Amino acid sequence: MLHIYCPHCRELREEEEFHAKGQAHIARPLDPDACTDKEWGEYLFFRKNPRGLHHEIWYHTAGCRKFFNLTRDTQTYEIKEIYKIGEQPEVTADKG
Amino acid sequence: MQRYSGFGLLKHSLSFHENWQRVWSNPTPKKKYDVIIIGGGGHGLATAYYLAKEHGITNVAVLEKGHLGGGNICRNTTIVRSNYLWDESAALYEHSMKLWEGLSQDLNYNQMFSQRGVYHTCHTLQDLRSNERLVNANRLQGIDNEMVYADQLQKEIPALDCSKDARYPVLGASVQRRGGNARHDAVAWGYARAADSLGVDLIQNCEVIGMEINDGKITGVKTKDYGVIKADRVGCVVAGNSGVLAKMAGFELPVESHPLQALVSEPIKPFLDTVVMSNHVHGYMSQSDKGDLVIGAGIDGWVGYGQRGSYGIIEHTIQAIVELFPLTSRVRMNRQWGGIVDTCPDASPIISETPVKNLFFNCGWGTGGFKGTPGSGNLFAYTLAHGKPHPIAEPFSYYRFHTGALIDEHGAAGVAH
Repeated sequence: MLHIYCPHCRELREEEEFHAKGQAHIARPLDPDACTDKEWGEYLFFRKNPRGLHHEIWYHTAGCRKFFNLTRDTQTYEIKEIYKIGEQPEVTADKG
Repeated sequence: MQRYSGFGLLKHSLSFHENWQRVWSNPTPKKKYDVIIIGGGGHGLATAYYLAKEHGITNVAVLEKGHLGGGNICRNTTIVRSNYLWDESAALYEHSMKLWEGLSQDLNYNQMFSQRGVYHTCHTLQDLRSNERLVNANRLQGIDNEMVYADQLQKEIPALDCSKDARYPVLGASVQRRGGNARHDAVAWGYARAADSLGVDLIQNCEVIGMEINDGKITGVKTKDYGVIKADRVGCVVAGNSGVLAKMAGFELPVESHPLQALVSEPIKPFLDTVVMSNHVHGYMSQSDKGDLVIGAGIDGWVGYGQRGSYGIIEHTIQAIVELFPLTSRVRMNRQWGGIVDTCPDASPIISETPVKNLFFNCGWGTGGFKGTPGSGNLFAYTLAHGKPHPIAEPFSYYRFHTGALIDEHGAAGVAH
């Protein structure tokens, strides 16, 4: 069971209240009509799926119903940092 | 290879079973192979076996990071069925089902394949309609599947709560009577033993840490302990770790790895002689020959490689099982574990060429890989032998996520999706 700090509620709550929404920072192509099938397919379906640090979107479904980001190690499940939508992660794989 | 038989058992009993042949050898790898298969699980070992048996390619190595059959093949809930919706998947899983039906004899290894039937219970009118559609689709595909309704279902599975008082009353079920389960370890060991006897090198404790790719073409793999091993073709069958291997080869996959948990109870008297799955209440159960209840449900929603999940999932699973089978409410659970499943956006696998020439991937089986083991290995062996996919595997191309020709099996894929 993960314990997750909601940056909006400013409280540590159990995972049951939240919903994982997958990889964060996926930029929607500015002009979808100009995309090739490959570009559009990769935007829709292809994911990083790292064994290690992963930046994710989470949703506080049974709480404030707001979205936020977190960086989590997919091997140890340790949550490294929590940050709001629009912010950039500080813990990244290339920073070790 | 010594053949296993009743007579052999008798003969070895005279020497107190101390002279049984080793089941497979433990060779050191050669410098070069025709085909390297990365991943010594069920699908990888099956691939190696069919490469040797059907295509005569025996200069093959299976490279396994840990021990043979130590991943999802020893972590699943052993359900076998072929009642998928679309023609592409029905062909794939039925191909597998036909191989299951002769597998014990083929491998000379008892798979304990038991065609005890698989029921999908329906709890709403929509459930009934979609299952009826599934049954009709399967019949057109020549695959057995039929509907049974509550009264009949209650007779067939007395322990299932089909009363109108249930919170989500059971209205009926679709049942594939040729479905059932098999002994998971015997599948891995049977394929390993048969492949080894045909000359395939099974290399354990051999982790692949990189790939040798020149001009967009793979020429070999780098291993942790044995350096570079060359190969004409490489097949990657590593389930949850597919994304990690794809990254080594320089591309991404439309796959995410999730923990999928399962649990077994203490052994109790036999009361369930079939497999029951409920998409709606969300859980499934069968009873093993030992008497343990084998229980599973959904994946943990986040990406994880830790082979364990969260307790909340287990709680929901058990709630569903108690809802379906009230008599299990006081059964104690013995063991619980997780495996890492590689799920695709359309809940169908990838058996395909990749952007790297001579490198092939067989992945994305998600939560339903066990039933596919023989078919997957058989078709992937063809792919590796010919350098192009088998006609049944063709629709399961990696490139369908570019073209949009998805094979959406979220409905028929069952509970775990």
